[in-house]
Amino acid sequence: MTQADAKGPVLILAARSDIGNAIAHRFAAAGHPIQLAARGAEGMEAMRADLALRHQVEVSVHALDALDIEAHEAFLDTLPALPEIAVCAVGLLGDQAASAADAGAATKVMRSNFEAPALLLGALANRFEARGSGVIVGLSSVAGDRGRATNYVYGAAKAGFTAFLSGLRNRLAPSGVHVVTVLPGFVNTQMTEGMDLPARLTAEPEEVALAVERAVTRRQNVIYVRRIWWLVMMIIRNIPEPLFKRMKI
Amino acid sequence: MKLSGWGRYPVVDCTVSAPRSETALRAQLLCGPAIAHGNGRAYGDCAINAANTISMRRFNRMLAFDPDTGQLVAEAGVILGDVAFAFVPRGWFPPVTPGTKFVTLGGMVAADVHGKNHHRDGSFGAFVDWIDVMVADGSVIRCSPDENVALFERTVGGMGLTGIILRVAFRLRPVESGWIVQTTIPAHNLDAAMEAFEGSLDATYSVAWIDCLATGSEAGRSLILFGEHARLADLHGNACRQPLGPAPKRKKTLPIDAPRGLLNGLTVRAFNALYWRNGLRSAGTRLVDWDSYFYPLDAILGWNRIYGRRGFVQFQCALPLAASRDGLAQILNEIASAGQGSFLAVLKRFGSQDSQLSFPMEGYTLALDFPVSTRCLALIERLDRITIEHGGRFYLAKDGRMTPQTLRSSDPRWARFAEHRVEAGEAAAFRSAQSERLAL
Repeated sequence: MTQADAKGPVLILAARSDIGNAIAHRFAAAGHPIQLAARGAEGMEAMRADLALRHQVEVSVHALDALDIEAHEAFLDTLPALPEIAVCAVGLLGDQAASAADAGAATKVMRSNFEAPALLLGALANRFEARGSGVIVGLSSVAGDRGRATNYVYGAAKAGFTAFLSGLRNRLAPSGVHVVTVLPGFVNTQMTEGMDLPARLTAEPEEVALAVERAVTRRQNVIYVRRIWWLVMMIIRNIPEPLFKRMKI
Repeated sequence: MKLSGWGRYPVVDCTVSAPRSETALRAQLLCGPAIAHGNGRAYGDCAINAANTISMRRFNRMLAFDPDTGQLVAEAGVILGDVAFAFVPRGWFPPVTPGTKFVTLGGMVAADVHGKNHHRDGSFGAFVDWIDVMVADGSVIRCSPDENVALFERTVGGMGLTGIILRVAFRLRPVESGWIVQTTIPAHNLDAAMEAFEGSLDATYSVAWIDCLATGSEAGRSLILFGEHARLADLHGNACRQPLGPAPKRKKTLPIDAPRGLLNGLTVRAFNALYWRNGLRSAGTRLVDWDSYFYPLDAILGWNRIYGRRGFVQFQCALPLAASRDGLAQILNEIASAGQGSFLAVLKRFGSQDSQLSFPMEGYTLALDFPVSTRCLALIERLDRITIEHGGRFYLAKDGRMTPQTLRSSDPRWARFAEHRVEAGEAAAFRSAQSERLAL
């Protein structure tokens, strides 16, 4: 491979998650060096070795506590190179009942799904903008499309994240930096383990990874991983509020 | 969740977990006797347990590779095909491979699988440097031919009944190319086939497709396929352009269960006759890519559905060399006169085997599939008897229907193994539907 067609590094934020792992494999298979960022080191060496052995690319591991906002800039300084593509899978489903009852629990869900990922990507965006290139991928959620009784704290945080990504995309469009918003729908991951999910609406992490790679290549703006979610969410968004507030969905 | 082996018989409703860490795996062992499940390619019920089946699919990482020795260290859930696709482009090939690349490394150790090179190189266990096993008390023990030898010897070929295999270190073989020089030789009857095998013991790979419905002077007619890893000098045409290629091919998928009765004496006889004639025409030497040579059936994902919804069972026996001619002739005669042929019958010469529990023995092995039916199950019991009379034994990775009496009269090693399991506390910790059926 010549220098000209060498692929740029891909940073995976929350790499230990099933979706982060699948996305790392997807980009590594395409020949990109990979930067894995995750909290703590447990299991990361195996993941690093596996990516490097299977795909013969450079893989580095970086400690990241996304909730430690003060440390974001320092974290970015430790990366071996400013990535070409950054994918953010940071998030926490939490427990709605706990979030409703306890402000501490709700704060953690809000910070994990909005504040931390938004500010982290914001810091990256500034560096990408200064360079004049780069792609930012934020994994938000269909839960952010309309608040529901069963997960509105998570949903509200994701709604904020979706709006943040939209604004970032708008701001960065003139600078050549692209922002992708991914709305995965249900995904068969550790986060949803033990839940009874409808098969047609549930994607595997590998499907999310494929959709992300495609969105980056085609410079898509907002994607639903399974297209049926576009229809489902359009219907849910358009149910009149007097009706919606009495529904159990 | 309903689980079965590749033969889709028997089907068992299982509680399945897929732990992500050794801690979670250890906790799962506390839920009662368990069995590890790889990628579901064993034919019968050896990797399923109604109460506690532990899927190893999340232990699927390659951990280290030493280019000086070819040693690969990987977690047990890594798929063999992924190893091949990652390492053939670097000039390394799995040392032993079964007929499908969709097996896991853990499963390959547990069944101590053999390949087309058994007569020369032995089974997979011969290339294993060490394994990490989580044993009954939840501790992880590294065992090898030099360290914790007894555990190693009982785990290689031990059908997952000594513990959960976590990691495997094994040696890949260096190859110059990803191509195989394949030579096809037609043999008009069993004697000619055996003669061809005996005359080519130095070939790296050998296997025969055998027409088990041919009768009389044609009984045992076979197409014998020899193979050698192509050297760079052997390559020509397309192979020259991609010596370590080619890229993975697109697969076809059998979308539905075949209707019952599609495979009957008539259709199989017709298929076999066609296959034989086609083989006669294409006899000779040609270059084949590794994927097509080793895994022709992998190209049709879900080929097991050809046998219909009731599934199929495979009969595979090994016969000692001295009794092979007579035993094979009797088995083929029994099958042909029952008219219950299989279109995937495979004959192979085994070399010597000195491990404790493994299936191969110096001699011949015959493997064939039958759709599940009362008649076929009765036929297989007659084949069991012939095998036992000739001093042969059976492959547990293929079995889904044997009785404990059949196993014990064919293979006394398993009675000792079962006793040891009780003493070591393994019998209370690791059980499969098969081990319960066979009283292991």
